[in-house]
Amino acid sequence: MTLALDLALCALILGVALAAVAGAGVFRAVIFFITYGLFVAIGWARLGAYDVALAEAAIGAGLTGVLLLAAHGRLRRMQADTTERRSPTLSAALAGGAIALALGWAWFALPAPQPPDVAQALPQTGVGNPVTAVLLNFRAWDTLLESIVLLAALLGVWMLARDADWNAPLGPRYHARPDGVLAYFGRFLPPIGLSFGVYLVWAGAESVGGAFQGGTVLAGVVLVAMMAQLLRPPRVSQAMLRAALVLGPGVFLLSGLAAVGLGREFLSLSPAIAKSAILIIEAALTISIAVTLALLVIGPAEDPEPGR
Amino acid sequence: MNLTVFALTGAALVGLGVYGLLALPHLLRRVIAFNLTGSGLFLFFGAAGARVGVLDAIPQALIITGIVVALSASALAVGLVVALARSSGKVVLPDEDPSP
Amino acid sequence: MIFDLATYVLTALGLVFFTAGTVGLIRFPDTFSRLHALTKADNLGLGFIALGVAFQVESLAQIATLALIWALALLAAGTVAQLVARAALTTSQEDE
Repeated sequence: MTLALDLALCALILGVALAAVAGAGVFRAVIFFITYGLFVAIGWARLGAYDVALAEAAIGAGLTGVLLLAAHGRLRRMQADTTERRSPTLSAALAGGAIALALGWAWFALPAPQPPDVAQALPQTGVGNPVTAVLLNFRAWDTLLESIVLLAALLGVWMLARDADWNAPLGPRYHARPDGVLAYFGRFLPPIGLSFGVYLVWAGAESVGGAFQGGTVLAGVVLVAMMAQLLRPPRVSQAMLRAALVLGPGVFLLSGLAAVGLGREFLSLSPAIAKSAILIIEAALTISIAVTLALLVIGPAEDPEPGR
Repeated sequence: MNLTVFALTGAALVGLGVYGLLALPHLLRRVIAFNLTGSGLFLFFGAAGARVGVLDAIPQALIITGIVVALSASALAVGLVVALARSSGKVVLPDEDPSP
Repeated sequence: MIFDLATYVLTALGLVFFTAGTVGLIRFPDTFSRLHALTKADNLGLGFIALGVAFQVESLAQIATLALIWALALLAAGTVAQLVARAALTTSQEDE
C-alpha cells in the first residue's frame, strides 16, 4: 500500500520535472518547477525528513519560485528576445541518460550503511532535535560557512546593479493599489507569519523547525509586505540593513572565538551552556537569514524611474 | 524497496537536469535544470541516509544546507541572466545564439 | 470505526471537489472561469479533507492546526485569485 503511494508520488515528481524541462514556454516551466518543489517536499515527508520537507517547500518551491517568476516578469518587461530554438539534443540526452544510469547502478553497489551515532551524543548538545544538533553543534563549521555563502551571494547580486543605480532602492518597484486586496493581505499576513516564523525557530530546538525554515517564513513575510508597498525597499547604504546582514555570522563567529578563549576548540560548545548558546546563535542567524533571503529574491538596485 | 523508488527517482532527476543544462539554450530554463540536478542528488543522498531505518540527522542537515546554498546560487544566476538580457536583449549565451 | 468511516466519506468528497476543480481548470475557456473553478472547488475540497483528517487526531491542538491551515490556504487562494484576475483584466484591456 505504501509502495503504491510512493510509486505514484515519484511518478508525479518525475512527470512535473519532465514538464519543467521539456514543456512549451518558460512561464509554464517555472510553474511546473514550483509544483515539483511541493511534490518533492511531500517526498521528504514520506522519508521521515520533516525538517528537509519544510526547507524544500519554503525555499526550494517558495522562494526559488518567486525568484524565477519575478525574473520571468522582468525579462518580459524588458522585451528581451525569449524565442526558443531547439538545438540538437542527442548528445545531451546521452550524457543525461548515462549519468542517471551510473547513479542507478551506484545505488545497488552502495556499501552497507553504518548505524547512526548522533543519538548517543544528543544529550550533550543542549537540544532535542538531532538535525538542529548537527547544524549548530556537531557541524557548526558548515553552518557558519553557509551563512557566509549567503552573504557572498547577496554581494554578488548587488554588484549587478548599474553604477548609477547603486544607491537606488533595492529590487523592482511594486505597484499595489492602497485599498486593493494585496494591501489587505499585506496587513493581515505579517502578524501570523511573524508568530509562525519565530515559533519554527523556537520549536526547532526540540522538534521540527529551525533557523533556516523560520528565517524563510520571515523572509516571505518581508517580501509580501514589500510587494504590498507597506515596507519600503531598503538601500544598500543603510547601516541598519548592513548590521542585520552580518549579525548572524558575526554572533556565530564570536561564539566560536569565545570557545577558543575558554580553552576549547573553535566553534565547540560546552554542554553546560550549549542550549542557551544555540538559542542565541539561532536567533541572530534567523534575523540575518530572513533579511538575506528576502534581499536575494528582490535582486539588485534598479533604476527608480525606468523609461524616464 | 520504497527507498529504492526514491533513489532511482533521484538518479533520473539528475539525468533530466543534466540533459536540460546541456540542451536548453534559454538561460532561465538552465537555472531550473540546475536546480533539478541538485534536488535529485539530495533525494538520492537522502534515500541512502535513510537505509538505517529513519533518515539520519547528518544527511538531513547537509541537505538543508544544500537547499539554502542552491537558492543563493540560483539568485546569483538569475541576477546574471537579467543583467545579460538588459545589456544584450537576449536570454541565451552569445556563442549559442542561432540568430546572427 | 465510525470515525474511520467519517474520514473515508469526507476525504472522498474532498477529492470529488478537487477533481471537479481540476477538470474546470483544464476545460474552461478563459482565465476568469478557470479561477472560479479552481478557488471555489479546491477550497471546498481542502475543507472536506481537513474535516475528514480531523476525525483522526489525537489532541485538540491538532484540530486547531488543521483549521489554521485551511483558513490560511483559503486566504492565500482568495488573494491570489484576485491578483491573477486583475492581471488578466489589465492584460486583456491592453490587447484591445
